[in-house]
Amino acid sequence: MLAKAQDRSIIFSIVILMSNNKVQTLQKSGISIDIKGFHLRYHASLKATIAGLDMHIPAGLWTCILGRSGCGKSSLLRHLASLLGEATDWSGTITTKPQGDSQHQIAYMAQQDLLMPWLSALDNVMLSTQFGPTLSPTKKTQFQFDKAHSLLQKVGLGHQANSLPGQLSGGMRQRVALARTLMQDKPIVLMDEPFSALDAVTRYRLQNLACQLLQDKTVVLITHDPQEAIRLANQLYIMQGRPALAKLLATPTSATPRNFDAECAELQQTIMDRLEQDYE
Amino acid sequence: MSSLKPLMPLKMKTKQNLFNPMLRIMVSTAIIIGSWQALVIGLEMPSFILPSPFEVLQKLIDRHQVLLKHSWVTAQEILLGLILGLTVGLIFAFQMLLFKPVQRWLLPVLIASQALPVFAIAPVLMLWLGYGIASKIVMAALIIFFPITTCCYDGLRNTPRGYLDLANTMGATKWQLLRHVQLPAAMPALASGIRVAVVIAPIGAVAGEWVGSSEGLGYLMLQANARMMIDEMFAALFILSLLSITLYFAADALLKKLIPWEI
Repeated sequence: MLAKAQDRSIIFSIVILMSNNKVQTLQKSGISIDIKGFHLRYHASLKATIAGLDMHIPAGLWTCILGRSGCGKSSLLRHLASLLGEATDWSGTITTKPQGDSQHQIAYMAQQDLLMPWLSALDNVMLSTQFGPTLSPTKKTQFQFDKAHSLLQKVGLGHQANSLPGQLSGGMRQRVALARTLMQDKPIVLMDEPFSALDAVTRYRLQNLACQLLQDKTVVLITHDPQEAIRLANQLYIMQGRPALAKLLATPTSATPRNFDAECAELQQTIMDRLEQDYE
Repeated sequence: MSSLKPLMPLKMKTKQNLFNPMLRIMVSTAIIIGSWQALVIGLEMPSFILPSPFEVLQKLIDRHQVLLKHSWVTAQEILLGLILGLTVGLIFAFQMLLFKPVQRWLLPVLIASQALPVFAIAPVLMLWLGYGIASKIVMAALIIFFPITTCCYDGLRNTPRGYLDLANTMGATKWQLLRHVQLPAAMPALASGIRVAVVIAPIGAVAGEWVGSSEGLGYLMLQANARMMIDEMFAALFILSLLSITLYFAADALLKKLIPWEI
């Protein structure tokens, strides 16, 4: 009962925020990523996974990448997160603007919530404070503690701060993961199907919440759900073929998260037609 | 739904009764002692083959001082053996994880230490470490150190990929990864190693006492057996099993408290 009442209040606050949301302009502060002529091949396979991919990821906006499973979209994301390491060969240029070491500007959110089962929800949110080269002896400063607490409240789990992940539902866990991502406060957020394991309504609400909380970030969202992409994308790419290429698709100009209208339905049909080609 | 409702209270009650641990222990103890006594009476067992439970109880009371003295020695051997085996096992596991060449060199040694039966090494250990408590501690440590090392090493090695990825994107160093991710993630695996260790450590200690000692429950049992004091032997056996069971449940409770997230 308690959780339900809490959830209702989240929806309420989202609705308020959405009505305040102005139509986004295309020029935003933040970091943009340019990918040119990108090739990627795993050492274990003979064929390239991605060949000649060009992509522009604008600053402060949501870029959604759609594609069938195994098309290389996760590989691209993992490469951007520097997680592929020595298992791959790659070529091409990836530039970020303004320039900087992109590795320290990235937060990563995966399909699994990846909450450490031995840490409370609050400690999970504060996980990133345990890592990194600049370590002071008193890492858990009051400031960080307060920040984590307020983030948990923002995702509607202020009352669950001391619960272990095992005591939380799937939706709650992914909300803690969202708070953990926000705690890192990085300009780029890479999301690898973070909502795909949730039921339809929980997914819908988490999309709204993420859209609201990640407003000024450069977000790259990987998904195989066209509806999700249509609701959230400022810019939409379809990754297709073998080796994979990315094609840009026109998106509605309305503010995200979108409510489904005729234009969205039409776009969904287009996406489905395009994706279907890949299965032949 | 409504037709099921009257059943609920009844179900709850039987469940509670069945799952009350004290009651379960009492019932199973009563069954064991009852069938033991029935066996003695039914088959007219002479007391030098199978003493009745009451003779054993009598012995426990009469000889409690001697029994306690020897139990204390064995308990010490088991506990110190556990500590030694745990320490060495953990050190080995960490070495193998952190330095890959060490792993290649250490693994054959590890397997060899298990290929040799403890009973076969026991005389050598007596020769080197004497008849005292030290050789038994080493015996107990030797027998538990393999399960500890393998469980801990496997636990450390099999950290879910996603946890490592996440920590890496957060910029974790190798040590931070070990301290904050790999080690806690390995705890449930280590806990099962410890549970096994606690049960088999007494085997090492008692085997050591059989091969050569002047005190301890194993020694007492050998002496009692040689003098046909079977009731005293059973009394020692009873204390030994009590010791092992207590140790297991204590370790289990401690581990559950320390690792509340364990499934």
